Amino acid sequence: MSLNWFKYASPAAFYPLAGKMIPWFYGAAALLAGIGLYVALVAAPTDFQQGDAYRIIFIHVPAAWLSMFLYVVMACWSALALGFNTRLSAMMAQAIAPTGAVMTFLALWTGAFWGRPTWGTYWAWDARMTSELILLFLYLGIIALRNAIDDPRRADRACGVLALTGVVNIPIIYFSVHWWNTLHQGSSVSLTKAPAMAAIMLTGMLIMSFAAWFYAIAASLSRVRTIMIDRERGAAWVGELKEVRNA
Amino acid sequence: MPRSAFPSRACGRWHWADSQVSIATATANVTGAADAVWPAVRWAIARDLTLALRSRAELGVQLLFYVIVASLFPLATTPERNMLTTMGPGVLWVAALLASLLSLPRLFAGDHADGTLEQIALSPYPLVALVSGKIVAHWLTTGLPVVLFAPLLGLQYALDGDALTVLTAALLIGTPILSLLGAIGAALTLGLRASGSLLALLILPLYVPVLIFGAGAVDAARSGLGAGANLSLLGAGLLVALVGAPFAAAAAVRIALD
Repeated sequence: MSLNWFKYASPAAFYPLAGKMIPWFYGAAALLAGIGLYVALVAAPTDFQQGDAYRIIFIHVPAAWLSMFLYVVMACWSALALGFNTRLSAMMAQAIAPTGAVMTFLALWTGAFWGRPTWGTYWAWDARMTSELILLFLYLGIIALRNAIDDPRRADRACGVLALTGVVNIPIIYFSVHWWNTLHQGSSVSLTKAPAMAAIMLTGMLIMSFAAWFYAIAASLSRVRTIMIDRERGAAWVGELKEVRNA
Repeated sequence: MPRSAFPSRACGRWHWADSQVSIATATANVTGAADAVWPAVRWAIARDLTLALRSRAELGVQLLFYVIVASLFPLATTPERNMLTTMGPGVLWVAALLASLLSLPRLFAGDHADGTLEQIALSPYPLVALVSGKIVAHWLTTGLPVVLFAPLLGLQYALDGDALTVLTAALLIGTPILSLLGAIGAALTLGLRASGSLLALLILPLYVPVLIFGAGAVDAARSGLGAGANLSLLGAGLLVALVGAPFAAAAAVRIALD
């Protein structure tokens, strides 16, 4: 049996499929977040060095992982959109950008709250923090470029070129910042020197990461459905949707 | 009468029409796409240099901007020599970044506004080659003056001979990267609302590695590590940008023209 993947490259076919997938992903995200938060807040023991403040990492690390992962996913969709000129790929890239920006912001914000009791400061020019900040600027640049262009097709391709330029640059930025940091300041603050993590903490973090991942999928799919209706509002299939007719 | 603005654009058009003839005749002799690259690059460099040199005042203002920004920092912080030596390379690099950013709209916006860019894109020559030529001309008129002025400004920051040499070398390798990356942003923001500040948001994060390695070169030299690693990394960045950026910029120009 051969599956025709291109069937779902059409917004008319993907819209109902996305609609069916969203509750499952939200459900999985909620379930995993419930388990993960139980592990994080109840099951995991208090860290003898950092006290309870370390529990922020159960939000912080998944957000930071996803912020980088989502940028790569967005760049992949952009590359597909530029290469095959598929509308849906560009819409997916557009839908992922805000979630990625939120995750980046969340990682920075929770990092600051973790840093205050642990390092004694909200912000240090640590290599990871600095590259995360630059990643936030990259996301905001893509969203701003999208908003500045009225023609959605031109915006798709312009943002695609920008996202691909960014994805080539991200490793370079990361290593340059890392190197700059080691050159400039002593390792007064370092995550790598922290004692090896207990298995239960790692489990909690992984569960929370999957929860965040499923949430990101569900949020992006919801957003892409809105984008599809908005962009294709002249098309017949949108007019036949029951939520559009009843509105 | 806006005398300063009009003749230069008009001359640009005349120059273009003149070269259109030469391009048309040259096309007959073009046998393959590879043969068309170098004439196109040379033509674009010559044209943009001619245009730039006909509005020298504009170039002078951009250079003055660089000098003024660099002169503000001691006023805002301290004239103490040790502090200045520490800050100097970084300040000069940030000023170079801002000067590059300020000059980027010149790269395509004028040609876009009067339709020349469309003609360039329609020519039988590869757009990548023409865009590369424009980038080279942009660097020669805006990047190179910044490099040449750096030793002078470095003296104001109490940098010694070695540091000045390293700073100038780093700027010489780094500023072409700024022009190459900037060309992508300049083409992406063609004709958009608030394109100036948007350009800053798009491009400045991408400039970060250049800034770090460029300013780091002087630091490394002063601390005894030697600037070799930083300069090599800048050189590697320049090669990567040379290979990739013209294609991205040409793609962005085509997107803007659709």
